[in-house]
Amino acid sequence: MKQYIARRVGYCLLSLFLLSVTIFFFVRVTGDPATLLVEPGASEADIAAIHHQFGLDKPLWVQYGIFIASLAHGDLGKSFYYRTPVMELYLSRLPNSLYLAAVAMAFSLIIGIPSGVLASVRVGHFWDSAGKMFTLLGLSLPSFWVGLVLILVFSVYLGWLPSSGAGTPLHLIMPAFALGWYFAAAHMRLTRSSMLEVLGSEYVKLARLKGLPQSLVIAKHAFKNALIPVLTLAGINLIIMVQVSIVVEVVFAWPGIGRLLYEGITFRDFPVVQGVVLVGGAMIVIVNLLIDILYAVIDPRIRLGV
Amino acid sequence: MAIQTEIIGLPPRSRSHLAALRLGDFPLIPVLILGTIALVAIFANVLAPHNPEIGSLTARFKPPFWQTGGSTKYLLGTDQLGRDVLSRLIFGARISMVVGITAVLFAGVLGTTLGIISGYLGRGIDQVIMRLTDTWLALPALTFAIFLAAIVGPSMWNIVLILGITYWTRYARVIRGEVLSLKEREFVRLAIVAGCSKWTIMYRHILPNVINTAIVLGTLELGVVIIAEASLSFLGIGVPPPQPAWGLMLSDGKQSLMVGRWWLSVLPGCCIMLMVLSANILGDWLRVKLDPQLRQL
Repeated sequence: MKQYIARRVGYCLLSLFLLSVTIFFFVRVTGDPATLLVEPGASEADIAAIHHQFGLDKPLWVQYGIFIASLAHGDLGKSFYYRTPVMELYLSRLPNSLYLAAVAMAFSLIIGIPSGVLASVRVGHFWDSAGKMFTLLGLSLPSFWVGLVLILVFSVYLGWLPSSGAGTPLHLIMPAFALGWYFAAAHMRLTRSSMLEVLGSEYVKLARLKGLPQSLVIAKHAFKNALIPVLTLAGINLIIMVQVSIVVEVVFAWPGIGRLLYEGITFRDFPVVQGVVLVGGAMIVIVNLLIDILYAVIDPRIRLGV
Repeated sequence: MAIQTEIIGLPPRSRSHLAALRLGDFPLIPVLILGTIALVAIFANVLAPHNPEIGSLTARFKPPFWQTGGSTKYLLGTDQLGRDVLSRLIFGARISMVVGITAVLFAGVLGTTLGIISGYLGRGIDQVIMRLTDTWLALPALTFAIFLAAIVGPSMWNIVLILGITYWTRYARVIRGEVLSLKEREFVRLAIVAGCSKWTIMYRHILPNVINTAIVLGTLELGVVIIAEASLSFLGIGVPPPQPAWGLMLSDGKQSLMVGRWWLSVLPGCCIMLMVLSANILGDWLRVKLDPQLRQL
């Protein structure tokens, strides 16, 4: 077990290392980072000063060392636009993003799990086909478009919901729906296949042979076990949601991480863009690590098999 | 016949693709939609009634012809610069098709090559490529694409490159897995005994056996890539204006949504949806038909 965790942590560190190298490398390969680090319209002298200040005149590996050292201190640089450290900005926006993601997740589970169960119990019937159609639509509709159509219907025509901003629970309904829609489809798909697997297992057959009623077999024996992979995926998806919510946050002017990234792009505020991507990538790598370890704790076959 | 191929260790005779694609549940409508979009994209110059990039400011915000104030001159209305929406949608099909297909091809070639090399050569190279793939997979693809687009600046070919290097991982993963089992097969061993070089084996013997999988993955990826392109254009870091990309049209239409000018954002969205939905249905069907191993994906 210790060996397994050590190896996973090793891989995780390697991933983080590659992540930082990739970002570091791409910034330098695509042009002079100084032009990204100074405000637009800066003079030659300013650029030269930036070169010196950030050590861009030093060899690459020294530059990388400096980059990592400042990351290790939690220093992501300072935003040009807001004139505050990027880390502070990130942390101040994170609760909003998590709040939106949590509600969107709840929504996607409320839709995804029951419809997945229904589809698995009635394979090949109406509910199964309806579910398939729903999944396809969920995976094919761009979330920003869903958001725009929602605004058109519920804000412009019906006038029921506020079209942008945050503050009241009413503000949350449309963004959460637009964001959760895609994930509802993914959760439904997984619930269906996981239920089908469990329903075909020996212990469910035994439960049926004992003469238990269908509803009890499904609710007590199958459903509980089928839920494990779905909830694990939901855990990962919660973090992924925070990262992919950028377009939804832009549509609804929701003050979260995605909106911060968008502002960074619009104002050419490079430290913000780099910081948001770095922290987001690191969060996903670490969550994956935690899940790997959790899996190994639950299921010994995983840690022995690898 | 089947027994014989097993004994002499030849690769399974590749059944004619048409035979594998038994019709019946053929997704006719999606294929028709994709075909129509492709034709529209090819013949955009002929089909578009107006110039998609130049409008007349006197004809701004005209609604579609069936609404009051609309005219048959601009069938689907005009936008904030008086440009014909129908013409922009038609030329937008060209952008989506070109970006979608070239990005998928680029990602496919990159991912398949790395997958084959990683699976066949194994050891150190395998470790390096797979760690790289894992890292890439760990990154949120769209965020990463946004990051790249923000540093290289907007341009159509930049987007193709960015989407290509963002979405190759799935090919590499799946194809490596296939190669691992293929390389234990008799026909590969025979090729080794016959003195083929590693590169010949990978190119002549492994590649033809994984190409089906690559095609299926590519079709499924097409929808993802089109949505990604639309998202980037929507955020202003994709295809630059005044080019008529669907995502860009949506973002332009966003401002006038609040005054009820629905056609500026609903119509491009419908186009994206139709194209992505069709690609996904076709991809699902191909997956089941061409590659039963991928059914669980």
